[in-house]
Amino acid sequence: MSELLPQLVQQLFNGLSLGAIYALIAIGYTMVYGIIGMINFAHGEIYMIGAYAGLVTLAAIGTQSGLPVAVVIGLMLLMAVLVTGVYGFVVEQVAYKPVRNGPRLVALISAIGMSIFLQNWVALGQGARDMAVPSLLPGALRFGAEDGFEIFVPYTRVLIIAVTVVLMIALTLYIKHSRMGRASRACSQDMHMAGLLGIDVNRVISFTFILGAMLAAVGGVLIALAVGKLNPFIGFIVGVKAFTAAVLGGIGSIPGAMLGGVLLGVAETFAAAYISSEYKDIVAFGLLVLILLFRPTGLLGKPEVEKV
Amino acid sequence: MSAAIHTSTRPTWRQNIAHALTAAVLTAVVVTPIFGLHLERAGMRTVIQQNWSTVAWACLLVFVVQMLRPLLSSSSMRLPRFQLPAIPARQRSIWIAAALLLAVAWPFFAGRNAVDIATLAMIYVMLGLGLNVVVGFAGLLDLGFVGFYAVGAYTYALLFHWAGWSFWEALPLAGAAAALFGFVLGFPVLRLRGDYLAIVTLGFGEIIRLLLVNLTDWTGGPDGISSIPKPSVFGLELARSPSVEGGTTFHQFFGLEFNSMHMVIFLYLMALALAVATLWISNRLIRMPIGRAWEALREDEIACRSLGLNPMKIKLSAFTLGAMFAGFGGAFFAARQGIVNPESFTFIESALILAIVVLGGMGSQLGVILAAILLTVLPELAREFAEYRMLIFGLVMILMMVWRPQGLLPMQRHQVEVK
Repeated sequence: MSELLPQLVQQLFNGLSLGAIYALIAIGYTMVYGIIGMINFAHGEIYMIGAYAGLVTLAAIGTQSGLPVAVVIGLMLLMAVLVTGVYGFVVEQVAYKPVRNGPRLVALISAIGMSIFLQNWVALGQGARDMAVPSLLPGALRFGAEDGFEIFVPYTRVLIIAVTVVLMIALTLYIKHSRMGRASRACSQDMHMAGLLGIDVNRVISFTFILGAMLAAVGGVLIALAVGKLNPFIGFIVGVKAFTAAVLGGIGSIPGAMLGGVLLGVAETFAAAYISSEYKDIVAFGLLVLILLFRPTGLLGKPEVEKV
Repeated sequence: MSAAIHTSTRPTWRQNIAHALTAAVLTAVVVTPIFGLHLERAGMRTVIQQNWSTVAWACLLVFVVQMLRPLLSSSSMRLPRFQLPAIPARQRSIWIAAALLLAVAWPFFAGRNAVDIATLAMIYVMLGLGLNVVVGFAGLLDLGFVGFYAVGAYTYALLFHWAGWSFWEALPLAGAAAALFGFVLGFPVLRLRGDYLAIVTLGFGEIIRLLLVNLTDWTGGPDGISSIPKPSVFGLELARSPSVEGGTTFHQFFGLEFNSMHMVIFLYLMALALAVATLWISNRLIRMPIGRAWEALREDEIACRSLGLNPMKIKLSAFTLGAMFAGFGGAFFAARQGIVNPESFTFIESALILAIVVLGGMGSQLGVILAAILLTVLPELAREFAEYRMLIFGLVMILMMVWRPQGLLPMQRHQVEVK
C-alpha cells in the first residue's frame, strides 16, 4: 500500500511529460486537418528536424560557454522554432499546395513521400546514427518518504510540462483573440466562404503549417534534452502517435489535441509500467484503432456530415 | 486595372527577382542546419564542421530555377501523356505470348545476378498487382499491406518450423491465412473514410510487426526464423545431395551435372508464374461484376449505395483478395530468402509497394508491372547512389503527385465509342 500510491504518482508524471510532447505535435495535425482536411504525414519529421536544429545550436554555442542554462535552452528553442517554421512553410508550398484541390489520396501520398524524403534528407546531412545530446539540466525533483518509494522527476521532464502548459495557454489566447486566429477559425468552418469574405486563405494555410511546425519543434528540442539522444528516424513513430492523440481528442479541435495527447501519454506509460514495456506501442496503435472504430469523432470532436 | 491583370499572368522582372531571392533565403535556412553545420563527434563532445559550399550551391540552384520558372510556361512543364498504341485483339494474344516466351527464355542465357534481381522484381510485380486491387481498383488506401505479406511469410516459416511442412503444402495456406487476416481486420475498419482508413491500416501493419517482434517464443522475435527450405520441383530437390536418405535430387533424376544456377532459374520461373497468375486473376476480376462494383465504389460511394450495392461487401472482397496475393508473395519471399525476420516488414516496405502502384498509375496493370520492374532494377543499377536511394524515392513520390498524379501509364477506362 505504501508503495502503490507513490508509484502511481511517479507514472503519472512520466505519462504527463510524454503526453505533453504528444500534445504539442498533435496540435499541428489537428490544425492542418481542421483547415484543409489532410493528414500531414510529414509532421513527425518536422519534430525531428526541430530536435536537430536545437542540437546544432547547442553544439555551436558549446557546453562550456558560460552562458546561463536558461539562455542556452532559450536559444536552442528559438533557433529550432525559426528553422522548422521555414520548413513548415516550404513543405506546404512544395508538396501540398499544388495538390490541394486534387483527390485526398493524392495529397496523402505526396505527404508520405515528403516524410520519406525528410528522413533521408537528415540522414544524409547529419548521418543516420544516434547523436548524443549533452545534458544541460541534470538532477531531478525528489520527494516522498525517506524509507518508502521515492518519486523522481528529472528537471527536463518538469521543463517539458511547464513549457507545454505555457504554450497551450498562449496558443488558446492567440487563436481566440488575434486577427490571424480568428481567420484560421473561420477557415476551418468554411474555407470557401472565408475566402469570399476577404480572408487570404493561402496565408491562413501557411500560417497553420508554420505554427504547427513551431510547436512540434519545441517538443523536439525538449524531448531531445530529456532523452539525451536522437536520430533521423525518431519522427515517424512519434508522429503516428501524435496523430492518434489528435484523433482521440477529436481531430480539428485544439483543446481536443491537448487532452488527447495527455491521455495517450498517460495510457502508454501505464501500459509500459504495468503490462510490459514491449507492448506500449501496441497499446498506442490499438487505442487508435479502437477510437476510430467506436468514436471516430473523438472525445471533443464534432460529427462530420457527409455532403453529396 | 489592366496592369494588375497583366502582373497576375506574367510577373515582372522585379517581382521575379524578389521571388527568387526569397526562395534562395528560405533554401539557406532549410539547408544550413542539416548540411551546412555538420555535427561531428569529437571524443565526448559534439562539434560542428562547417560546410558552406553546399549551402551556397543549393541557394544558387534554387535562385536560378525560380528565375527560369516563368519562362517555362505551364504548358511546356506538363509531361506528355503517352497513349499506348492500341493493338488489335487478334494480335494482342500473339504479343502476350511473345512477351511470356521471352520472359521464360532469357534467364537461361543470363547471369546469376541478373536473374536474382529479376526474381525480386517479380515478387514486387506480384505485390504491386495485389495492392493495385485494393488501391487502384477499389480506391482504398491501404498503408499496412506489408502486414499481410508478413502473415504469408510467417505462415510458411512457422508451418515449416513447428510442423515440418514443405513449401508447396504451405503455399495455399499462406494465401488463405493472409486472406483471413485481411477479412478479419477489414471487417471493422472498412466503414472508415479514406484517410482514416489509411492510418488504421498503418496501425494494423505496425501491430502485426510488433507482435512478430515480441512473441519471441513462437516467432523467434527479432531474429526471426532461419534455414527455411527452398521449394522443390515436384518433389525433386534442387540440391547437391538429397537431404533425406534415399531421396533423388533434380540433377540426378534428369542426369544433369549439378549446377547451383538451376535453383536461381527455378525460383525466377516460379516468381514469374506467380506474378502472371496474379495478373491473370486480377485482370479477369476487374471484368467481372465484382470488379465493376469496385470501380463504381472508387468513383462515388454514395451513388453506389443509392444504386443498391453494399459498399461493405465490395470493399471487403477487394481487401481480402489483395491480402491473399500478398500472402502468396510472402510465402515465396520466405522460401527464396531462407530466413524471415520482422525487419523485412517495416512501414517503408508498404510505402515502396504503394509507390509502385502510384508510380505505375493506380488501376493500370501494365503501369504497375513497369513501375515494379523500374523500382527494383534501377536501384541495383545505380549502386553507387545507394545512400540517395530513399531520398530520391521520396522526391519522386512528391513530384509524381504534383505533376502526374495519374501515373506513368494511366489506366485506360473501358469505353465504347459509337461511330
